[in-house]
This record gives sequence, C-alpha cells and structure tokens, in this order.
Amino acid sequence: MAVRTRSLFALAMLSGGFSLVSAALFVALDAVDVAFTEAAVGAGISTVLMLGTLALTSRYERAPAHKPWLPLFVVTVTGAALIYGTLDMPDFGDPNAPAMRHVMPEYLERIPHEIGVPNIVTAILASYRGYDTMGETAVVFTAGIGVVALLAALARRRRRGEEEES
Amino acid sequence: MRHHLILRVITKILAGTIMLFAFYVQFHGDYSPGGGFQAGVILAVAFILYGLVFSVETVQRVMPPWLVHRAMALGLLLYAGTGVAALLLGYNFLDYAALNAHDPEHGQELGILLVEGGVGITVTAVMLSIYYAFVGRTPVIGDEEW
Repeated sequence: MAVRTRSLFALAMLSGGFSLVSAALFVALDAVDVAFTEAAVGAGISTVLMLGTLALTSRYERAPAHKPWLPLFVVTVTGAALIYGTLDMPDFGDPNAPAMRHVMPEYLERIPHEIGVPNIVTAILASYRGYDTMGETAVVFTAGIGVVALLAALARRRRRGEEEES
Repeated sequence: MRHHLILRVITKILAGTIMLFAFYVQFHGDYSPGGGFQAGVILAVAFILYGLVFSVETVQRVMPPWLVHRAMALGLLLYAGTGVAALLLGYNFLDYAALNAHDPEHGQELGILLVEGGVGITVTAVMLSIYYAFVGRTPVIGDEEW
C-alpha cells in the first residue's frame, strides 16, 4: 500500500496508525511488553508531539527542488541489504535460536526463586539488566534536558525581550 | 476549544481513568506487561490530553513547569540512589538483595518497585516538559485553521 500526500497533518496521523498496526504485529509475535510501549509511545506521544511540531511549522510539505532518484536508490539499496540480513535469522519460535539458548534458560531457572517477580521481562529489565535500564532512563532524561534547554529557554528569553521592548 | 462540549466532557471523564490505568500499569508491572516506562508515558498522556482540550495554563496549575523539571532529575536520582544505597550496604551497585538482608527475594521486589518508580517519574516529567516546551512557543491556533 502506498500513500502520497503533502499534507503533514495526514502524515502524522498515518504514522500514528502505522505504529498501532506494528503494535498489533508485536502482540502477534508474543512480545506484549514491546507492543505496549509501541502503542503508548509510537501511536500516542509521538503523534501528539508531531502535531505540536506541525503547529510550530507549516501544514504542507514544500515540493522538493531536486529529482527523487538518488534518495530512492539509497533507500532501495538499504532496504535490500536489510532484507538480505533477515534471511539468516532463525525461524519464528525456533527453540534453537541463539536468543533462546544463550542466557535465557538460566534467567528462566533463576528468576522464580531469586527475584520473585512473575513477569520475566520486568525482572530482567529492572534487576539483571539494571545498568542498561538506568542508562535508558539517563538517555530519556538527557533528551528532556536538551529540549528544555533549546526550546523553553529560548521562548523565555524571547518573551523577556518583548517585555523590554514594550 | 470553548464550544467543543463533547470533547470537554469526554476529556474530564477520561483523564482520571487514564491516570488510574497508568498507576495500574506502574504497580502491576511485576505481574503483567508494563512497567515504569509505559506507565510514565500513559500518565503524561492524561495531562497532555487535558492540556490539548482545555489549555496549557490549566494543566500548568496542577503540574507547574518548575515541578516537572525537578521531577525529571528526581526520577533518575531515585534510580541511581537505589543503586548507591545497595553499594553503601556492602553489596554491588544496583544489587537489590541488599535492601532486605534476611530475605533477598523481598529485597529484589522492593528494589524493582523503587527503580520502576524512578523510571516512571522521569518519563512522565520528560514527556510533559517536552510538551510544555513545544506548546510554550506556539501561537494559539484557532479552531478553523485545522
């Protein structure tokens, strides 16, 4: 399915819908935690933030000044490389997949009596991979600080400038 | 959006429900899908929805920007502080077994609860402050312009 439009509002809505569909895809793959995140972040927050950005800029995309052939070529080559990469992936639900054999059996065995949290994903994320999750939280924090420093401070300075002028 | 009666009534009903659901996701994350990250986003959505339908000023009376900005750091500090607490008790950094020396399993549960709480606070605050930062720059759009 292909959609061509220059209306950025429609594009924001479509990307939200796409996120919701991929969340359903994650549910079909039994990755419920990931699906939950995708639905909340992809379909919810990012659509709202995109609409917020739209309100700051224009509603319609300008017609591009150059021909689309070079970008199309780059995208096609990248897509082909990615699809070629998936050919080596193990089958869906394959018990001999590396992800199932490496540390997973040990986690599954240790979590019930070491952590006592029935949701294996939470146990791994928060306890065994606590460092990673702390790093992720720090990344989210840094992103927030960055946006506040760039946008909020600028708005405040501009407002102060207007007050001085008037 | 003064004259959007249905939007306003539905938002008033939904905002509380969304918050309740966010807390369910937060605290039931040990048993079902979900956790601090998802709960944080959902909680932020409740405020953002309210801000979209009413006005940013109304939301900022409940969640003033200074509170949101401090909460961003508070969540991360809660996370790292749990790790440092374990360190001070003579265990490894982020080894929650330290929090209950008699029953490491309970210590782990408590640690996960604290850490997920930290993630939830940071994520809510970051999402809200990004929203505030975007909206704070916008000239208010009239209903007809959409």
